[in-house]
Amino acid sequence: MSEPSARPWDGARGVARVGTSRVSLGIDRIRCDGRGYCAELLPEMIRLDDWGYPIVSSERVPDHLLDHARRAVAACPLLAIRLAADGRSR
Amino acid sequence: MSLTPLLDGPDLREGAEPAARHLARLGPSLLSGPELIDALDQSDLRGRGGAGFPVGRKWRSVAGRQGPRALIANGAEGEPLSFKDRLLMQARPHLVLDGAVLAAGAVGAEQIVLYIGREHSAAADAMLHALAERPATERARIRISRAPVAYVSGEETAAVQFVNRGVALPMSVPPRPFEAGVGGRPTLVQNVESLAAAALIARRGGAWYRSSGTLLVTVTGAVARPGVVETPLGTPVAEVVERAGGHPGSVQALLLGGYFGGWVAADEAWDLPLHPERLRGTGHALGCGVVAPLPADRCGVAETARIVSYLAGQSAGQCGPCVFGLGAIAETLRRIAVGRSRPDDLARLDRWSAELPGRGACRHPDGGAGLVRSALGVFADDFAHHLARRGCAAARPLTAGVA
Ligand SMILES: Cc1cc2nc3c(=O)[nH]c(=O)nc-3n(C[C@H](O)[C@H](O)[C@H](O)COP(=O)(O)O)c2cc1C
Ligand code: SF4
Ligand code: SF4
Repeated sequence: MSEPSARPWDGARGVARVGTSRVSLGIDRIRCDGRGYCAELLPEMIRLDDWGYPIVSSERVPDHLLDHARRAVAACPLLAIRLAADGRSR
Repeated sequence: MSLTPLLDGPDLREGAEPAARHLARLGPSLLSGPELIDALDQSDLRGRGGAGFPVGRKWRSVAGRQGPRALIANGAEGEPLSFKDRLLMQARPHLVLDGAVLAAGAVGAEQIVLYIGREHSAAADAMLHALAERPATERARIRISRAPVAYVSGEETAAVQFVNRGVALPMSVPPRPFEAGVGGRPTLVQNVESLAAAALIARRGGAWYRSSGTLLVTVTGAVARPGVVETPLGTPVAEVVERAGGHPGSVQALLLGGYFGGWVAADEAWDLPLHPERLRGTGHALGCGVVAPLPADRCGVAETARIVSYLAGQSAGQCGPCVFGLGAIAETLRRIAVGRSRPDDLARLDRWSAELPGRGACRHPDGGAGLVRSALGVFADDFAHHLARRGCAAARPLTAGVA
């Protein structure tokens, strides 16, 4: 899967990386309607394309971002994001 | 031994080979079940529907699951440039049925669905007729389902959803069909040519396929005799083009793998081996085995615009990035092709096509994006010409196909 060349999520929230979880983010593309709440809550890993649909990092979620990732999952009004061991960036 | 084991037998124009003749010619299968899966691993047979996944591994992933299982033999053949699946079903239906029955046995599938494109009526008739010649125990487990005429109908989750609910639209994964497919059962979805090849491997073994296996290639575009050729794995591209009456000298580029594939510059294309793994090693993909030379006097930019417009129109309309991304790419290509580009169009095409792969429920957008990326490389000069806001004479026949 090709990664976008610019990765604005690389900047950390000022927290040192201490470890990496086993989970990554996946998006149910049929459910997602692209309002972009997720990108506001987790800009380190989610940015939006020109039409407001998320472009998600396929990396595993670093430990220090797990809480933010869970919040993004919970905030999605369409239950379109999941955090899973196999969670592919979809 | 024959060089064309898939299409051997009576003249193809005679239509479907009857069951008795098929059995007399090929004899019974020698391998089945776990032995056949081992032979498939040894053969390194790759799926012929487009993705090129190892067939043995796929059978294993379904065989290892609990409870009742199912099989879909994928003969949707929605790719407009491909003709090999319908030809195989039309001429050698029993080889496809053998493969389906062997696969079902090996993975523990009780139910077999032959999923055949609604537009391929001759193929469906041949399969139906062949089915009537099979033993009652087989007939009871096999049914035919007709795929709606649409590019995405043949995508595996669309096939599953059509069989389950009569709607041939892709679904979000997981679950993948091998986890939950037909009636919620773990389901093997396998292209009909892959199944036919497995039926030959069941008779001759994995080592035979590795050294003497063949594949079906549809040669179309700038050739005198477009059609399907069966050729040994590894045949150079130039050879199948020449067999179809094409002349390497008059070709500028070649579409490899169909609308889901990519453009290759003529100089580079001729020596490429028609072999899934070796081709991948060169950075190209065999896809469903289409080889379509573009005549020297046709415009690659316009041709790409036409194909991507078609693919955008075939989006199932379920996922934002596919609908808007493919749509915007098609629109941008169209205006470049007619000499009405806007500043930064090329940069946008480059970025959008890089951002799109992996961002649909199915791989439909990945195909279009890959085609565009190949065009940006192979037709770089033509893009520069068009971006100078000039049209070109060759760009006019936007409606005429490659075929
Ligand atoms: C948009 C789209 C359309 C597809 N259409 C077909 C098709 O018409 N026939 C086919 O065999 N596979 C098609 N595929 C591939 C199937 O999803 C699946 O990978 C294939 O049937 C598996 O068989 P194989 O492993 O033998 O190739 C399509 C895939 C996509 C993404
Ligand atoms: S919040 Fe949910 S619906 Fe909105 S863009 Fe993110 S994933 Fe899509
Ligand atoms: S990616 Fe496109 S074709 Fe595939 S399901 Fe989504 S909208 Fe349909």
